[in-house]
Amino acid sequence: MTALLETRALSKSFGALRATSDVDFVLEEGARHALIGPNGAGKTTFINLLTGVLMPTAGRVLLRGRDITHVEQAERVKLGIARTFQINRLFRGLSVLENVYISVAERVGAASNMFTPAGRRRDVIEEAMQLLEALKLADDARHTIAELPYGRQRLVELAIALGQKPQVLLLDEPAAGVPSAESHIILDAIDALPKSIGVLIIDHDMDLVFRFAKRITVMVRGAVFAEGTPREIGGNPDVRAVYLGQATTGGAQAHG
Amino acid sequence: MISPPRAHDHPGARALTERHRLRLWEPLPWLLALAFYFAFPQYLGFGTDLLVTILFAISLDLALGYAGIITLGHAAFFGAGAYTVGVLAYHGIWNEPITSLIAGAVVAAAIGLGSGLVLLRTTGLTLLMLTLCTMALLEEAANLGHDWTGGFDGLPSITIPPLFGLFEFNPLYPRTQYLYALGVLFLCFVFVRTLVYSPFGQSLTGIRENTLRMHAVGAPVRWRLVVCYTISAAVAGIAGGLWAQANAYVNLTTLGLDRAATVLIILVLGGYGRLYGAFIGAVAYMALQHFLSKVYPTAWQLGLGLLLVVIALFARGGILGLGDLLFRRRASGSTRS
Repeated sequence: MTALLETRALSKSFGALRATSDVDFVLEEGARHALIGPNGAGKTTFINLLTGVLMPTAGRVLLRGRDITHVEQAERVKLGIARTFQINRLFRGLSVLENVYISVAERVGAASNMFTPAGRRRDVIEEAMQLLEALKLADDARHTIAELPYGRQRLVELAIALGQKPQVLLLDEPAAGVPSAESHIILDAIDALPKSIGVLIIDHDMDLVFRFAKRITVMVRGAVFAEGTPREIGGNPDVRAVYLGQATTGGAQAHG
Repeated sequence: MISPPRAHDHPGARALTERHRLRLWEPLPWLLALAFYFAFPQYLGFGTDLLVTILFAISLDLALGYAGIITLGHAAFFGAGAYTVGVLAYHGIWNEPITSLIAGAVVAAAIGLGSGLVLLRTTGLTLLMLTLCTMALLEEAANLGHDWTGGFDGLPSITIPPLFGLFEFNPLYPRTQYLYALGVLFLCFVFVRTLVYSPFGQSLTGIRENTLRMHAVGAPVRWRLVVCYTISAAVAGIAGGLWAQANAYVNLTTLGLDRAATVLIILVLGGYGRLYGAFIGAVAYMALQHFLSKVYPTAWQLGLGLLLVVIALFARGGILGLGDLLFRRRASGSTRS
Protein backbone atom coordinates (compact mmCIF):
# COMPACT_ATOMS: atom_id res chain seq x y z
CA MET A 1 0.00 0.00 0.00
CA THR A 2 1.36 3.42 -0.86
CA ALA A 3 1.46 5.92 1.97
CA LEU A 4 -0.81 8.96 1.88
CA LEU A 5 2.05 11.37 2.31
CA GLU A 6 5.70 10.47 2.35
CA THR A 7 9.04 12.23 2.41
CA ARG A 8 12.33 10.69 1.35
CA ALA A 9 15.63 12.14 2.57
CA LEU A 10 13.99 15.55 2.72
CA SER A 11 16.46 18.32 3.55
CA LYS A 12 16.31 22.07 3.79
CA SER A 13 19.22 24.38 4.50
CA PHE A 14 19.16 28.08 5.16
CA GLY A 15 22.76 28.98 4.48
CA ALA A 16 24.81 27.00 6.99
CA LEU A 17 21.75 26.11 9.04
CA ARG A 18 20.37 22.69 8.31
CA ALA A 19 16.74 23.13 9.36
CA THR A 20 15.60 19.78 8.02
CA SER A 21 18.03 16.97 7.43
CA ASP A 22 17.37 13.68 5.68
CA VAL A 23 13.85 13.23 6.98
CA ASP A 24 12.14 9.99 5.97
CA PHE A 25 8.59 10.28 7.09
CA VAL A 26 5.36 8.42 6.33
CA LEU A 27 1.82 9.55 7.01
CA GLU A 28 -0.63 6.70 6.49
CA GLU A 29 -4.18 6.90 5.21
CA GLY A 30 -6.46 8.03 8.06
CA ALA A 31 -3.44 8.47 10.35
CA ARG A 32 -3.48 10.24 13.67
CA HIS A 33 0.15 11.20 13.81
CA ALA A 34 1.94 13.67 16.06
CA LEU A 35 5.19 15.48 15.45
CA ILE A 36 6.92 16.68 18.57
CA GLY A 37 10.29 18.12 19.39
CA PRO A 38 11.95 20.93 21.31
CA ASN A 39 11.70 24.53 20.16
CA GLY A 40 13.67 25.12 17.01
CA ALA A 41 13.67 21.44 16.07
CA GLY A 42 12.39 22.33 12.59
CA LYS A 43 8.79 21.19 12.95
CA THR A 44 7.23 24.22 11.29
CA THR A 45 9.89 24.20 8.56
CA PHE A 46 8.93 20.59 7.89
CA ILE A 47 5.25 21.58 7.58
CA ASN A 48 6.24 24.39 5.21
CA LEU A 49 8.09 21.84 3.07
CA LEU A 50 5.05 19.56 2.99
CA THR A 51 2.71 22.39 1.97
CA GLY A 52 5.06 23.90 -0.60
CA VAL A 53 5.61 27.22 1.16
CA LEU A 54 9.30 26.30 1.12
CA MET A 55 11.12 24.25 -1.50
CA PRO A 56 13.53 21.58 -0.20
CA THR A 57 17.26 21.71 -0.82
CA ALA A 58 17.23 17.95 -1.43
CA GLY A 59 14.91 14.98 -1.14
CA ARG A 60 11.38 14.27 -2.28
CA VAL A 61 7.77 14.66 -1.17
CA LEU A 62 5.24 12.09 -2.37
CA LEU A 63 1.45 12.23 -2.20
CA ARG A 64 -0.02 8.77 -2.76
CA GLY A 65 3.18 7.85 -4.53
CA ARG A 66 3.08 10.86 -6.82
CA ASP A 67 6.12 13.13 -6.68
CA ILE A 68 4.93 16.58 -5.66
CA THR A 69 8.34 17.97 -4.63
CA HIS A 70 8.15 20.78 -7.18
CA VAL A 71 4.40 21.36 -7.12
CA GLU A 72 3.42 24.84 -5.99
CA GLN A 73 1.53 25.63 -2.82
CA ALA A 74 -1.82 26.46 -4.45
CA GLU A 75 -1.66 23.28 -6.51
CA ARG A 76 -0.91 21.13 -3.44
CA VAL A 77 -3.97 22.61 -1.76
CA LYS A 78 -6.02 21.47 -4.73
CA LEU A 79 -4.47 18.00 -4.37
CA GLY A 80 -5.82 17.84 -0.81
CA ILE A 81 -3.13 19.09 1.55
CA ALA A 82 -4.52 21.65 4.00
CA ARG A 83 -3.05 23.16 7.11
CA THR A 84 -3.79 25.38 10.06
CA PHE A 85 -1.38 27.89 11.48
CA GLN A 86 0.32 28.13 14.83
CA ILE A 87 -0.67 31.79 15.02
CA ASN A 88 -4.15 32.53 13.67
CA ARG A 89 -4.24 33.56 10.05
CA LEU A 90 -7.83 34.58 9.66
CA PHE A 91 -9.72 37.19 7.67
CA ARG A 92 -10.14 39.33 10.76
CA GLY A 93 -12.46 42.00 9.44
CA LEU A 94 -14.87 39.48 7.89
CA SER A 95 -17.60 37.40 9.48
CA VAL A 96 -17.02 33.81 10.54
CA LEU A 97 -19.22 32.57 7.72
CA GLU A 98 -17.35 34.69 5.16
CA ASN A 99 -14.06 33.23 6.41
CA VAL A 100 -15.22 29.69 5.67
CA TYR A 101 -17.09 30.77 2.52
CA ILE A 102 -13.81 32.01 1.02
CA SER A 103 -12.20 28.64 1.58
CA VAL A 104 -15.11 26.59 0.22
CA ALA A 105 -15.62 28.93 -2.76
CA GLU A 106 -11.97 28.53 -3.65
CA ARG A 107 -12.20 24.74 -3.57
CA VAL A 108 -15.37 24.42 -5.66
CA GLY A 109 -14.11 26.97 -8.17
CA ALA A 110 -16.76 29.61 -7.42
CA ALA A 111 -14.27 32.30 -6.42
CA SER A 112 -13.53 33.57 -9.92
CA ASN A 113 -17.21 34.35 -10.54
CA MET A 114 -17.70 38.12 -10.79
CA PHE A 115 -21.34 38.43 -11.65
CA THR A 116 -23.41 36.25 -9.32
CA PRO A 117 -23.86 37.56 -5.78
CA ALA A 118 -21.88 35.52 -3.26
CA GLY A 119 -25.11 35.13 -1.29
CA ARG A 120 -26.77 33.26 -4.16
CA ARG A 121 -24.23 30.45 -4.15
CA ARG A 122 -26.42 28.46 -1.77
CA ASP A 123 -24.27 25.36 -2.27
CA VAL A 124 -21.20 27.15 -0.95
CA ILE A 125 -23.08 28.73 1.96
CA GLU A 126 -24.74 25.40 2.77
CA GLU A 127 -21.39 23.65 2.99
CA ALA A 128 -19.79 26.43 5.00
CA MET A 129 -22.71 26.51 7.46
CA GLN A 130 -22.58 22.73 7.87
CA LEU A 131 -18.92 22.99 8.77
CA LEU A 132 -19.72 25.73 11.27
CA GLU A 133 -22.52 23.65 12.76
CA ALA A 134 -20.22 20.66 13.12
CA LEU A 135 -17.77 22.86 15.01
CA LYS A 136 -20.60 24.50 17.02
CA LEU A 137 -19.82 27.87 15.46
CA ALA A 138 -23.11 28.39 13.63
CA ASP A 139 -24.44 30.89 16.14
CA ASP A 140 -21.32 33.00 15.63
CA ALA A 141 -21.63 32.91 11.82
CA ARG A 142 -22.43 36.60 11.46
CA HIS A 143 -19.87 37.85 13.96
CA THR A 144 -16.51 39.13 12.85
CA ILE A 145 -13.41 37.26 13.96
CA ALA A 146 -12.39 40.14 16.23
CA GLU A 147 -15.61 39.66 18.20
CA LEU A 148 -14.81 36.03 19.09
CA PRO A 149 -12.83 34.74 22.08
CA TYR A 150 -9.49 33.25 21.09
CA GLY A 151 -10.54 29.65 21.56
CA ARG A 152 -13.36 30.03 19.08
CA GLN A 153 -11.06 31.82 16.67
CA ARG A 154 -8.90 28.70 16.71
CA LEU A 155 -11.96 26.73 15.63
CA VAL A 156 -12.42 29.05 12.65
CA GLU A 157 -8.78 28.38 11.79
CA LEU A 158 -9.72 24.69 11.68
CA ALA A 159 -12.97 25.35 9.77
CA ILE A 160 -11.12 27.18 6.98
CA ALA A 161 -8.77 24.21 6.57
CA LEU A 162 -11.68 21.76 6.57
CA GLY A 163 -13.39 23.86 3.91
CA GLN A 164 -10.71 22.49 1.59
CA LYS A 165 -12.01 18.93 2.15
CA PRO A 166 -8.42 17.83 2.72
CA GLN A 167 -7.04 14.30 2.58
CA VAL A 168 -4.03 15.45 4.54
CA LEU A 169 -4.55 17.89 7.39
CA LEU A 170 -1.55 19.47 9.07
CA LEU A 171 -2.35 21.08 12.40
CA ASP A 172 0.33 23.40 13.71
CA GLU A 173 -0.25 23.71 17.47
CA PRO A 174 -4.05 23.85 17.19
CA ALA A 175 -4.54 24.65 20.87
CA ALA A 176 -1.71 27.19 21.18
CA GLY A 177 -2.71 30.25 23.15
CA VAL A 178 -6.09 28.86 24.10
CA PRO A 179 -6.89 29.15 27.81
CA SER A 180 -7.16 25.70 29.37
CA ALA A 181 -10.83 26.29 30.19
CA GLU A 182 -11.53 26.52 26.45
CA SER A 183 -9.06 23.98 25.11
CA HIS A 184 -11.56 21.12 25.36
CA ILE A 185 -13.52 22.60 22.40
CA ILE A 186 -10.42 22.28 20.25
CA LEU A 187 -9.72 18.75 21.49
CA ASP A 188 -13.31 17.68 20.88
CA ALA A 189 -13.20 19.16 17.39
CA ILE A 190 -9.99 17.28 16.60
CA ASP A 191 -11.44 14.05 17.97
CA ALA A 192 -14.45 14.53 15.71
CA LEU A 193 -12.46 14.97 12.48
CA PRO A 194 -13.52 12.58 9.73
CA LYS A 195 -11.68 9.27 10.09
CA SER A 196 -10.66 9.26 6.44
CA ILE A 197 -8.41 12.32 6.79
CA GLY A 198 -4.76 11.71 7.53
CA VAL A 199 -3.94 14.14 10.33
CA LEU A 200 -0.50 15.31 11.40
CA ILE A 201 -0.49 17.40 14.54
CA ILE A 202 2.41 19.42 15.89
CA ASP A 203 2.15 20.32 19.51
CA HIS A 204 3.93 20.94 22.75
CA ASP A 205 0.96 19.92 24.83
CA MET A 206 1.76 16.33 25.77
CA ASP A 207 -1.74 15.65 27.10
CA LEU A 208 -3.14 16.54 23.71
CA VAL A 209 -0.50 14.57 21.81
CA PHE A 210 -0.86 11.41 23.86
CA ARG A 211 -4.64 11.60 23.79
CA PHE A 212 -4.79 12.14 20.06
CA ALA A 213 -1.91 10.32 18.41
CA LYS A 214 -1.63 6.69 17.40
CA ARG A 215 1.90 7.35 16.27
CA ILE A 216 4.51 9.91 17.30
CA THR A 217 7.59 11.21 15.54
CA VAL A 218 10.16 13.08 17.60
CA MET A 219 12.24 15.61 15.72
CA VAL A 220 15.44 17.10 17.08
CA ARG A 221 17.65 19.53 15.19
CA GLY A 222 15.85 18.94 11.94
CA ALA A 223 16.25 15.16 11.97
CA VAL A 224 13.97 12.33 13.03
CA PHE A 225 15.16 11.37 16.49
CA ALA A 226 12.67 8.62 17.30
CA GLU A 227 9.38 7.29 16.04
CA GLY A 228 6.83 4.89 17.47
CA THR A 229 3.56 4.40 19.28
CA PRO A 230 2.78 6.74 22.18
CA ARG A 231 3.74 3.96 24.58
CA GLU A 232 7.13 3.45 22.91
CA ILE A 233 7.85 7.15 22.78
CA GLY A 234 6.67 7.70 26.35
CA GLY A 235 8.93 4.91 27.54
CA ASN A 236 11.98 5.87 25.47
CA PRO A 237 14.63 7.21 27.86
CA ASP A 238 16.43 9.17 25.12
CA VAL A 239 13.23 10.98 24.19
CA ARG A 240 12.56 11.67 27.83
CA ALA A 241 16.01 13.14 28.06
CA VAL A 242 15.79 15.49 25.08
CA TYR A 243 12.22 16.46 25.34
CA LEU A 244 9.76 15.06 27.79
CA GLY A 245 11.94 15.61 30.83
CA GLN A 246 13.69 18.72 32.00
CA ALA A 247 17.16 17.70 30.91
CA THR A 248 16.84 19.17 27.42
CA THR A 249 20.34 20.61 27.27
CA GLY A 250 21.92 17.56 28.89
CA GLY A 251 20.25 15.26 26.38
CA ALA A 252 21.24 17.43 23.44
CA GLN A 253 24.85 17.35 24.61
CA ALA A 254 24.75 13.61 25.09
CA HIS A 255 23.64 13.14 21.49
CA GLY A 256 25.33 16.13 19.93
CA MET B 1 -41.00 27.57 7.51
CA ILE B 2 -42.43 24.21 6.45
CA SER B 3 -39.55 22.80 4.45
CA PRO B 4 -36.90 21.00 6.54
CA PRO B 5 -34.37 23.51 7.91
CA ARG B 6 -31.17 23.61 5.98
CA ALA B 7 -27.91 25.07 7.18
CA HIS B 8 -28.05 28.08 4.88
CA ASP B 9 -31.44 29.02 6.36
CA HIS B 10 -29.76 29.47 9.73
CA PRO B 11 -30.24 33.09 10.90
CA GLY B 12 -26.45 33.44 11.11
CA ALA B 13 -26.21 32.97 7.35
CA ARG B 14 -28.70 35.72 6.59
CA ALA B 15 -26.12 38.50 6.68
CA LEU B 16 -24.40 36.85 3.72
CA THR B 17 -27.41 35.55 1.77
CA GLU B 18 -29.05 38.98 1.88
CA ARG B 19 -25.95 41.13 1.63
CA HIS B 20 -26.29 41.89 -2.09
CA ARG B 21 -29.95 42.86 -1.89
CA LEU B 22 -30.86 46.44 -2.59
CA ARG B 23 -31.34 48.38 0.62
CA LEU B 24 -34.16 50.83 1.05
CA TRP B 25 -31.94 53.91 1.01
CA GLU B 26 -29.84 52.94 -1.97
CA PRO B 27 -31.88 54.85 -4.58
CA LEU B 28 -31.40 58.00 -2.46
CA PRO B 29 -28.08 59.25 -3.90
CA TRP B 30 -29.44 58.88 -7.44
CA LEU B 31 -32.65 60.72 -6.60
CA LEU B 32 -30.59 63.47 -4.98
CA ALA B 33 -28.39 63.67 -8.09
CA LEU B 34 -31.49 64.02 -10.29
CA ALA B 35 -32.98 66.60 -7.92
CA PHE B 36 -29.72 68.56 -8.15
CA TYR B 37 -30.16 68.72 -11.93
CA PHE B 38 -33.50 70.47 -11.58
CA ALA B 39 -32.76 72.50 -8.45
CA PHE B 40 -29.36 73.96 -9.37
CA PRO B 41 -29.12 74.36 -13.15
CA GLN B 42 -26.47 77.05 -12.63
CA TYR B 43 -24.17 74.62 -10.79
CA LEU B 44 -24.24 71.73 -13.26
CA GLY B 45 -20.56 72.24 -14.16
CA PHE B 46 -19.65 71.76 -10.52
CA GLY B 47 -22.08 68.85 -10.35
CA THR B 48 -20.47 67.11 -13.33
CA ASP B 49 -17.07 67.51 -11.73
CA LEU B 50 -18.45 65.94 -8.55
CA LEU B 51 -19.90 62.94 -10.44
CA VAL B 52 -16.60 62.36 -12.23
CA THR B 53 -14.73 62.55 -8.92
CA ILE B 54 -17.13 60.02 -7.38
CA LEU B 55 -16.53 57.61 -10.26
CA PHE B 56 -12.77 58.02 -9.91
CA ALA B 57 -13.03 57.40 -6.15
CA ILE B 58 -15.11 54.25 -6.78
CA SER B 59 -12.39 52.91 -9.05
CA LEU B 60 -9.83 53.50 -6.31
CA ASP B 61 -12.12 51.89 -3.74
CA LEU B 62 -12.15 48.67 -5.76
CA ALA B 63 -8.35 48.42 -5.72
CA LEU B 64 -7.54 50.00 -2.36
CA GLY B 65 -10.67 49.48 -0.30
CA TYR B 66 -11.57 45.98 -1.42
CA ALA B 67 -8.36 44.31 -2.58
CA GLY B 68 -6.07 46.30 -0.29
CA ILE B 69 -3.74 47.39 -3.11
CA ILE B 70 -1.90 50.38 -1.65
CA THR B 71 -1.60 52.89 -4.47
CA LEU B 72 -0.73 56.54 -4.71
CA GLY B 73 -0.67 56.58 -8.48
CA HIS B 74 -4.23 56.01 -9.51
CA ALA B 75 -4.34 59.27 -11.49
CA ALA B 76 -2.17 57.43 -14.03
CA PHE B 77 -5.31 55.67 -15.24
CA PHE B 78 -7.51 58.74 -14.96
CA GLY B 79 -4.99 60.60 -17.12
CA ALA B 80 -4.65 57.70 -19.54
CA GLY B 81 -8.40 57.77 -20.13
CA ALA B 82 -8.48 61.56 -20.42
CA TYR B 83 -5.57 61.69 -22.86
CA THR B 84 -6.95 58.84 -24.95
CA VAL B 85 -10.23 60.70 -25.43
CA GLY B 86 -8.39 64.00 -25.89
CA VAL B 87 -5.77 62.84 -28.37
CA LEU B 88 -8.29 60.88 -30.48
CA ALA B 89 -10.66 63.86 -30.66
CA TYR B 90 -8.01 66.60 -31.06
CA HIS B 91 -6.31 64.91 -33.97
CA GLY B 92 -9.64 64.19 -35.61
CA ILE B 93 -9.28 60.41 -35.37
CA TRP B 94 -12.37 59.58 -33.36
CA ASN B 95 -14.67 61.59 -31.11
CA GLU B 96 -18.02 59.83 -30.71
CA PRO B 97 -18.54 60.18 -26.93
CA ILE B 98 -19.43 56.65 -25.82
CA THR B 99 -17.00 54.71 -27.98
CA SER B 100 -14.30 57.23 -27.04
CA LEU B 101 -14.94 56.43 -23.37
CA ILE B 102 -14.59 52.75 -24.14
CA ALA B 103 -11.29 53.47 -25.90
CA GLY B 104 -10.17 55.38 -22.79
CA ALA B 105 -11.14 52.43 -20.62
CA VAL B 106 -9.24 49.98 -22.84
CA VAL B 107 -6.04 52.04 -22.86
CA ALA B 108 -6.20 52.57 -19.09
CA ALA B 109 -6.89 48.86 -18.56
CA ALA B 110 -3.91 47.93 -20.76
CA ILE B 111 -1.65 50.18 -18.70
CA GLY B 112 -3.16 48.74 -15.52
CA LEU B 113 -2.55 45.20 -16.73
CA GLY B 114 1.00 45.89 -17.87
CA SER B 115 2.07 47.77 -14.77
CA GLY B 116 0.04 45.49 -12.48
CA LEU B 117 1.84 42.37 -13.71
CA VAL B 118 5.10 43.93 -12.58
CA LEU B 119 4.25 45.92 -9.48
CA LEU B 120 1.72 43.61 -7.84
CA ARG B 121 4.61 41.27 -7.06
CA THR B 122 5.46 43.77 -4.35
CA THR B 123 3.57 45.01 -1.31
CA GLY B 124 3.55 47.90 1.13
CA LEU B 125 5.93 50.79 0.68
CA THR B 126 7.59 49.29 -2.41
CA LEU B 127 4.21 48.98 -4.09
CA LEU B 128 3.31 52.53 -3.09
CA MET B 129 6.51 53.92 -4.62
CA LEU B 130 6.12 51.87 -7.80
CA THR B 131 2.56 53.13 -8.37
CA LEU B 132 3.89 56.65 -7.88
CA CYS B 133 6.68 55.95 -10.39
CA THR B 134 4.25 54.58 -12.97
CA MET B 135 2.23 57.77 -12.74
CA ALA B 136 5.34 59.99 -12.91
CA LEU B 137 6.52 58.15 -16.04
CA LEU B 138 3.17 58.64 -17.75
CA GLU B 139 3.08 62.30 -16.75
CA GLU B 140 6.53 62.83 -18.18
CA ALA B 141 5.58 60.98 -21.35
CA ALA B 142 2.56 63.27 -21.75
CA ASN B 143 4.81 66.25 -21.10
CA LEU B 144 7.40 65.20 -23.68
CA GLY B 145 5.10 63.86 -26.39
CA HIS B 146 4.32 67.39 -27.43
CA ASP B 147 3.16 66.63 -30.97
CA TRP B 148 0.46 64.33 -29.75
CA THR B 149 -0.39 65.52 -26.26
CA GLY B 150 0.31 69.24 -26.47
CA GLY B 151 3.02 68.81 -23.83
CA PHE B 152 2.88 71.15 -20.87
CA ASP B 153 -0.02 73.15 -22.32
CA GLY B 154 -2.21 70.12 -22.94
CA LEU B 155 -4.84 69.98 -25.66
CA PRO B 156 -6.72 73.27 -25.34
CA SER B 157 -9.99 72.52 -27.04
CA ILE B 158 -11.48 69.32 -28.29
CA THR B 159 -14.81 68.99 -30.02
CA ILE B 160 -17.22 66.35 -28.84
CA PRO B 161 -20.13 65.67 -31.17
CA PRO B 162 -23.66 65.47 -29.74
CA LEU B 163 -24.45 62.43 -27.62
CA PHE B 164 -26.42 59.87 -29.67
CA GLY B 165 -26.31 62.58 -32.37
CA LEU B 166 -28.95 64.52 -30.42
CA PHE B 167 -27.70 66.15 -27.24
CA GLU B 168 -25.17 68.96 -27.59
CA PHE B 169 -22.24 69.31 -25.21
CA ASN B 170 -22.69 72.98 -24.43
CA PRO B 171 -19.83 74.34 -22.29
CA LEU B 172 -21.96 77.15 -20.87
CA TYR B 173 -25.02 75.05 -19.99
CA PRO B 174 -23.54 71.65 -19.23
CA ARG B 175 -26.87 69.83 -18.93
CA THR B 176 -25.91 67.05 -21.33
CA GLN B 177 -22.58 66.62 -19.59
CA TYR B 178 -24.25 66.28 -16.20
CA LEU B 179 -26.83 63.68 -17.22
CA TYR B 180 -24.28 61.85 -19.35
CA ALA B 181 -21.84 61.69 -16.42
CA LEU B 182 -24.66 60.57 -14.13
CA GLY B 183 -25.64 57.79 -16.54
CA VAL B 184 -22.07 56.57 -16.95
CA LEU B 185 -21.52 56.74 -13.18
CA PHE B 186 -24.67 54.72 -12.61
CA LEU B 187 -23.67 51.96 -15.05
CA CYS B 188 -20.14 51.75 -13.65
CA PHE B 189 -21.48 51.74 -10.11
CA VAL B 190 -23.88 48.87 -10.84
CA PHE B 191 -20.96 46.96 -12.33
CA VAL B 192 -18.66 47.60 -9.36
CA ARG B 193 -21.43 46.85 -6.87
CA THR B 194 -22.11 43.50 -8.56
CA LEU B 195 -18.41 42.77 -8.55
CA VAL B 196 -17.76 43.46 -4.86
CA TYR B 197 -20.72 41.32 -3.74
CA SER B 198 -19.68 38.40 -5.96
CA PRO B 199 -17.51 35.48 -4.86
CA PHE B 200 -14.68 37.20 -6.73
CA GLY B 201 -15.20 40.34 -4.64
CA GLN B 202 -15.30 38.20 -1.52
CA SER B 203 -11.96 36.69 -2.43
CA LEU B 204 -10.53 40.21 -2.91
CA THR B 205 -11.52 41.11 0.64
CA GLY B 206 -9.88 37.84 1.70
CA ILE B 207 -6.64 38.95 0.05
CA ARG B 208 -6.94 42.31 1.79
CA GLU B 209 -7.54 40.74 5.18
CA ASN B 210 -4.92 37.98 4.99
CA THR B 211 -2.89 37.40 1.84
CA LEU B 212 -0.92 34.49 3.27
CA ARG B 213 -4.07 32.61 4.22
CA MET B 214 -5.45 33.13 0.72
CA HIS B 215 -2.36 31.37 -0.63
CA ALA B 216 -2.98 28.57 1.88
CA VAL B 217 -6.53 27.99 0.63
CA GLY B 218 -5.20 27.69 -2.89
CA ALA B 219 -6.24 31.05 -4.31
CA PRO B 220 -4.35 32.44 -7.33
CA VAL B 221 -3.66 35.62 -5.36
CA ARG B 222 -1.51 37.56 -7.78
CA TRP B 223 -3.73 36.84 -10.75
CA ARG B 224 -6.80 38.02 -8.79
CA LEU B 225 -5.00 41.22 -7.85
CA VAL B 226 -3.95 41.85 -11.43
CA VAL B 227 -7.53 41.34 -12.67
CA CYS B 228 -8.86 43.68 -9.98
CA TYR B 229 -6.23 46.30 -10.70
CA THR B 230 -6.99 46.15 -14.43
CA ILE B 231 -10.73 46.58 -13.87
CA SER B 232 -10.08 49.41 -11.44
CA ALA B 233 -7.82 51.06 -14.02
CA ALA B 234 -10.52 50.74 -16.69
CA VAL B 235 -13.09 52.46 -14.46
CA ALA B 236 -10.58 55.21 -13.62
CA GLY B 237 -9.96 55.57 -17.37
CA ILE B 238 -13.68 56.06 -17.95
CA ALA B 239 -13.72 58.75 -15.24
CA GLY B 240 -10.77 60.47 -16.93
CA GLY B 241 -12.42 60.24 -20.33
CA LEU B 242 -15.58 61.78 -18.91
CA TRP B 243 -13.54 64.58 -17.44
CA ALA B 244 -11.97 65.32 -20.81
CA GLN B 245 -15.33 65.30 -22.58
CA ALA B 246 -17.05 67.43 -19.96
CA ASN B 247 -14.30 70.04 -19.88
CA ALA B 248 -13.47 69.81 -23.60
CA TYR B 249 -9.75 69.98 -22.85
CA VAL B 250 -6.98 67.81 -21.41
CA ASN B 251 -3.91 68.84 -19.48
CA LEU B 252 -1.25 67.44 -17.19
CA THR B 253 -3.36 67.93 -14.04
CA THR B 254 -5.29 64.77 -15.03
CA LEU B 255 -2.12 62.76 -14.46
CA GLY B 256 -0.60 64.47 -11.47
CA LEU B 257 0.09 63.54 -7.87
CA ASP B 258 -2.36 66.23 -6.81
CA ARG B 259 -5.26 64.37 -8.35
CA ALA B 260 -4.06 61.00 -7.06
CA ALA B 261 -3.70 62.37 -3.52
CA THR B 262 -7.05 64.15 -3.61
CA VAL B 263 -8.96 61.03 -4.59
CA LEU B 264 -7.20 59.10 -1.84
CA ILE B 265 -8.18 61.78 0.69
CA ILE B 266 -11.77 61.63 -0.55
CA LEU B 267 -11.90 57.88 -0.11
CA VAL B 268 -10.35 57.95 3.35
CA LEU B 269 -12.69 60.77 4.34
CA GLY B 270 -15.79 58.92 3.15
CA GLY B 271 -14.67 55.46 4.23
CA TYR B 272 -12.87 52.93 2.01
CA GLY B 273 -14.10 49.43 1.24
CA ARG B 274 -17.66 50.62 1.69
CA LEU B 275 -18.84 51.34 -1.84
CA TYR B 276 -20.71 54.51 -0.81
CA GLY B 277 -17.65 56.03 0.85
CA ALA B 278 -16.76 57.50 -2.55
CA PHE B 279 -20.07 59.41 -2.67
CA ILE B 280 -19.93 60.71 0.89
CA GLY B 281 -16.23 61.51 0.67
CA ALA B 282 -16.52 63.44 -2.60
CA VAL B 283 -19.46 65.50 -1.35
CA ALA B 284 -17.77 66.13 2.00
CA TYR B 285 -14.49 67.09 0.34
CA MET B 286 -16.13 69.50 -2.11
CA ALA B 287 -18.25 71.02 0.65
CA LEU B 288 -15.23 71.44 2.92
CA GLN B 289 -13.21 72.95 0.11
CA HIS B 290 -16.02 75.39 -0.61
CA PHE B 291 -16.62 76.34 3.03
CA LEU B 292 -13.04 76.42 4.27
CA SER B 293 -11.67 78.29 1.29
CA LYS B 294 -14.21 81.02 1.95
CA VAL B 295 -13.26 81.34 5.60
CA TYR B 296 -9.51 80.82 5.18
CA PRO B 297 -8.72 81.47 1.50
CA THR B 298 -4.96 80.99 1.91
CA ALA B 299 -4.79 78.13 4.39
CA TRP B 300 -7.96 76.11 3.81
CA GLN B 301 -6.02 72.90 3.33
CA LEU B 302 -4.86 73.20 6.93
CA GLY B 303 -8.41 72.56 8.07
CA LEU B 304 -8.68 69.57 5.73
CA GLY B 305 -5.40 68.23 7.07
CA LEU B 306 -6.58 68.51 10.66
CA LEU B 307 -9.80 66.70 9.82
CA LEU B 308 -7.80 63.90 8.17
CA VAL B 309 -5.65 63.56 11.27
CA VAL B 310 -8.78 63.21 13.36
CA ILE B 311 -10.22 60.63 10.94
CA ALA B 312 -6.98 58.65 10.88
CA LEU B 313 -6.75 58.63 14.67
CA PHE B 314 -10.34 58.12 15.73
CA ALA B 315 -12.43 57.02 12.78
CA ARG B 316 -10.56 54.61 10.52
CA GLY B 317 -13.76 53.84 8.64
CA GLY B 318 -14.21 57.48 7.61
CA ILE B 319 -17.52 59.30 7.80
CA LEU B 320 -19.50 56.17 6.87
CA GLY B 321 -17.62 54.13 9.47
CA LEU B 322 -18.42 56.75 12.08
CA GLY B 323 -22.09 56.64 11.09
CA ASP B 324 -22.05 52.84 11.32
CA LEU B 325 -20.56 53.00 14.80
CA LEU B 326 -23.11 55.52 16.08
CA PHE B 327 -25.95 53.54 14.52
CA ARG B 328 -24.77 50.33 16.19
CA ARG B 329 -24.30 51.98 19.58
CA ARG B 330 -27.77 53.39 19.36
CA ALA B 331 -29.22 50.04 18.33
CA SER B 332 -27.51 48.18 21.17
CA GLY B 333 -28.45 50.98 23.59
CA SER B 334 -32.13 50.78 22.72
CA THR B 335 -32.25 46.99 23.10
CA ARG B 336 -30.72 47.29 26.53
CA SER B 337 -33.11 49.92 27.86
